Amino acid sequence: MSLAGLARDAGDAGDYFIPYPDQVLENVLENVLVFLKSRRDRNAVSLVCKSWYRAEAYTRSEVFIGNCYAVAPRRVTKRFARVRSVTVKGKPRFADFSLLPQDWGAHFTPWVAVMATAYRALEKIHLKRMSVTDDDLAVVAHSFPNFKELVLVCCEGFGTGGLAVVVSECRHLRVLELIEDEVFDDEVDWISCFPSDGPSNLESLSFDCVESPINFESLEKLVARSPLLKKLRLNRHVSVQLLYRLLIRAPQLTHLGTGSFSPLEESNNENTRETDYVSAFAACRSIVGLSGFREIAPEYLPAIIPVCANLTSLNLSYANIDAEQLKPVIRHCHKLQVFWVLDSICDEGLQAVAATCKDLRELRVFPIDGAENAEGPVSEVGLLAISLGCRKLQSILYFCQQMTNAAVVAMSKNCPDLVVFRLCIIGRYRPDHVTGEPMDEGFGAIVKNCKKLTRLAVSGLLTDMAFSYIGQYGKLVRTLSVAFAGDSDIGLKYVLEGCTNLQKLEIRDSPFGDSALRSGLHHFSNMRFVWMSSCQVTQEGCLDVARQLPRLVVEVFRRDEEEGGQRGDFVDTLYMYRSLDGPRADAPLFVKIL
Amino acid sequence: MDLINFEATELRLGLPGSTGEQPEKKSTPSPVNTNKRSSSEMDSSISEKQDSSRSPPPTKVQVVGWPPVRSHRRNILQGKKSESEMGSGIYVKVSMDGAPYLRKVDLKVYKSYGELMKGLQEMFKCIIGLYSEMEGYKSEYAPTYEDKDGDWMLVGDVPWDMFLTSCRRLRIMKSCEVMES
Repeated sequence: MSLAGLARDAGDAGDYFIPYPDQVLENVLENVLVFLKSRRDRNAVSLVCKSWYRAEAYTRSEVFIGNCYAVAPRRVTKRFARVRSVTVKGKPRFADFSLLPQDWGAHFTPWVAVMATAYRALEKIHLKRMSVTDDDLAVVAHSFPNFKELVLVCCEGFGTGGLAVVVSECRHLRVLELIEDEVFDDEVDWISCFPSDGPSNLESLSFDCVESPINFESLEKLVARSPLLKKLRLNRHVSVQLLYRLLIRAPQLTHLGTGSFSPLEESNNENTRETDYVSAFAACRSIVGLSGFREIAPEYLPAIIPVCANLTSLNLSYANIDAEQLKPVIRHCHKLQVFWVLDSICDEGLQAVAATCKDLRELRVFPIDGAENAEGPVSEVGLLAISLGCRKLQSILYFCQQMTNAAVVAMSKNCPDLVVFRLCIIGRYRPDHVTGEPMDEGFGAIVKNCKKLTRLAVSGLLTDMAFSYIGQYGKLVRTLSVAFAGDSDIGLKYVLEGCTNLQKLEIRDSPFGDSALRSGLHHFSNMRFVWMSSCQVTQEGCLDVARQLPRLVVEVFRRDEEEGGQRGDFVDTLYMYRSLDGPRADAPLFVKIL
Repeated sequence: MDLINFEATELRLGLPGSTGEQPEKKSTPSPVNTNKRSSSEMDSSISEKQDSSRSPPPTKVQVVGWPPVRSHRRNILQGKKSESEMGSGIYVKVSMDGAPYLRKVDLKVYKSYGELMKGLQEMFKCIIGLYSEMEGYKSEYAPTYEDKDGDWMLVGDVPWDMFLTSCRRLRIMKSCEVMES
C-alpha cells in the first residue's frame, strides 16, 4: 500500500485519506504517536522496528529538515505522507556575514515542486536561509488550499510581488512572518492585496525587514478587520504618528514591532502628543513583546512605560540610545526575560538592566560600531554586572572591544544555567586587557562550570589550551563557532576528539590543517555540518576525508567565486555535511564537490 | 606546520596546565602559524607586521564578515552614516517594464550617457541604443528618469552632469508607451 499514492488521489479535497490499517497494534500505536511532538523522540520511535517505523511515518505531521542538502525532497515525501508543517534550513550560518558566495544554492524550488503534489494539506512552511523566488511563492499560493502559516527567516530571492500573490490567494492565512529577509522592492502594493471582504484570520503579521514603503491606509483597514491579530511588526516606514493610529485599533496585541518610532513631520505640540501615546500604550494591556524602534526619537521612548511591567521581551537593538535614556524605561521591566540592545547604553545601562531584570534569560548586546578600536562602550564591567544581577541567564550574545578572564569566570559561576555563551571580542587576538593573558581561562571556566552548555562562540586571543578545555568539558556542546583562534592542529583535535555531541562546527581564519581534520573522521557523519574557511586545510586533506567518508558531501570553494576553491596552498572554504542522496545537482561552477 | 616543540603537540590525558608549560609566552606568540596563510583581506596588514601578527591590526583594516553582525543589521544602523561614507556614490533604482525586479546602479561609475546605456543594457540584457535629438531612441526600449521635481523625462535631454544631480530613479519603458505619455 502506497500512502503517498493514496494521499495524491485525495489531493483535491485538501486533506489526507486515512487508510484502514491492517494491524490493530499499528492502529493503537498511531493513536498514541499523534501526541508525540518532539522530533528526537519520534526518531527514536522509528528505530524500534519496521511496524513502529511505519506508524511513526503515518503520524508525523511536522517535518524538520536541518540541512536542505542532506536529503532529497522526494525521499521526505515518500516517507512522511501526512505532513502539515515543513521546516527547511539551507545556507550555513556564515552566509550571514558575506562569507558564502551569492549563488551558492539552498533553493526552495525543488522542495516546493515536490510538496505541491505530495502535501496537499500543507498548512505551514518555515524556511531559514533559503533562496526563495516569487515563482516559489506563487506555487505555495496555488498548491495548498489550507495554507495558514508562512515564516521566512534570513531568506532572499523574492520580492513584494511574490508576497502579493501569497496574501491574495491564501485565504486561510493566519501567520505571515518575514524576519531579516532581503525583500526586493518590486513596488507592488502587497498590503492592499489581502482580501478585503469580511474579517481576516490574521493572527501574526511581521514585515519589519521589508525595506519598501507600504500603503498605510490599506494596512490600517487590514488591522481594523483582523480581530484575531496578536502580533504586528511594522517596518521603518511607519512613523510614530501612524503607529498611534494602529495601536488604538488593535489594543489586543501581544507583540508589537513599533516601526521607526520617530515622527514623520515636525510635531508642533510635543506635550499633547506624548500624552496620547502613553494612553494608547496603556490601553494595550496584553503587550508582552516590543521591538522595532528602527529610527528612534529617544524622547518618545517613555511612552512605552505603561506596558513595561508586563514585558517579557524587549528588542532595542536598532535603537541608538544611551544609559540615561534607557534607565527610566528599564527600571519598570521586572518581568523581562529577553532583552536585545545596542552597546550604546554602555556598561552603565547594563548595570541598570542587572538591577531590575532579575528574571532575564536571554541577553544580546550588539555593537553600534564594528571597527576594531581599543575603546568600546561595553566591557567586562557590564558583563560582570549582568552576571551578578541576572542569575537565571540562559543565553548571552555579547559584543565588546575588550574583556577579562575574571569577568568571564565570574559569569560561569554566577550563571550556571547558561546554555548559550557567545562572546565576541571585536578586536581580534585581543588578550585579557588587565592581565595580558590569553582568554583561555575564561572560556575554560564556562565549559567547566556551565554544565548545560550546548552552544559556544569564542573570541579574543586563544591558544590551543582553550580548545583543550572545550574538548575536555564541553561534552554537551552541539554548536561551536571559532574565529581567529588557536595555535595549531592540536586545538581542533582536542575539540573533535572531546566534544562527543558536536553537531555544527564553524571555523574561520584559524591555523587548523589536514592533520586536525583527519582526527574528526570518526565523528563527521554524526554532524550536521563542518565549515572551515581561511584555515590551513589542503585539497589533498579534503579529498582524503571525502574518500574515507562516502556519505559525506565535501564542498570546496572560494568566496570570490573563482573556480577551483584554492587560495595558494590551501583551500579557501571547506563546507561538508552528511547526505543521504549524494552530492547535489545544483552546485554552481565555482563549487567543487570532491 | 611549525611545531615549537614536541610537547606542545603531545596528546595527554592530564588536566590542562599540568605540563608546567604555561601559555604566558603565547601572548606574543611566534608569528609563523598565522603568517603562513591568511585570508587575502588580511594580507596587507599581515605583511607589514611580520613580528607582531597577534597585536591588534590597524583599525582601518576591513576584514570581511567581521565582526559577525548580519549585514542587514549593520546596514540599517549605519544607514544614515553610510550615505556619506559610501564614497559619494549616486545610487538610483532602475526598473524595466516586464522585468521581475528592480536593480540599483551607481551613476558615479559612468562618465557619460553612452556608458550608462551600456551598463543598463548589460544589466537588463536589452538593446536601448543611442539617443538622438531628432529621432529619440531607435529601439524597443527607452530609458526614462524621474527628476527632482517628480517629473518623468527621457534620458539624454540634459547635459550629463545636470542629469547626475537631478536623477532620482530610472525606468526603462517600452518605446511605444513613451509616445503616449
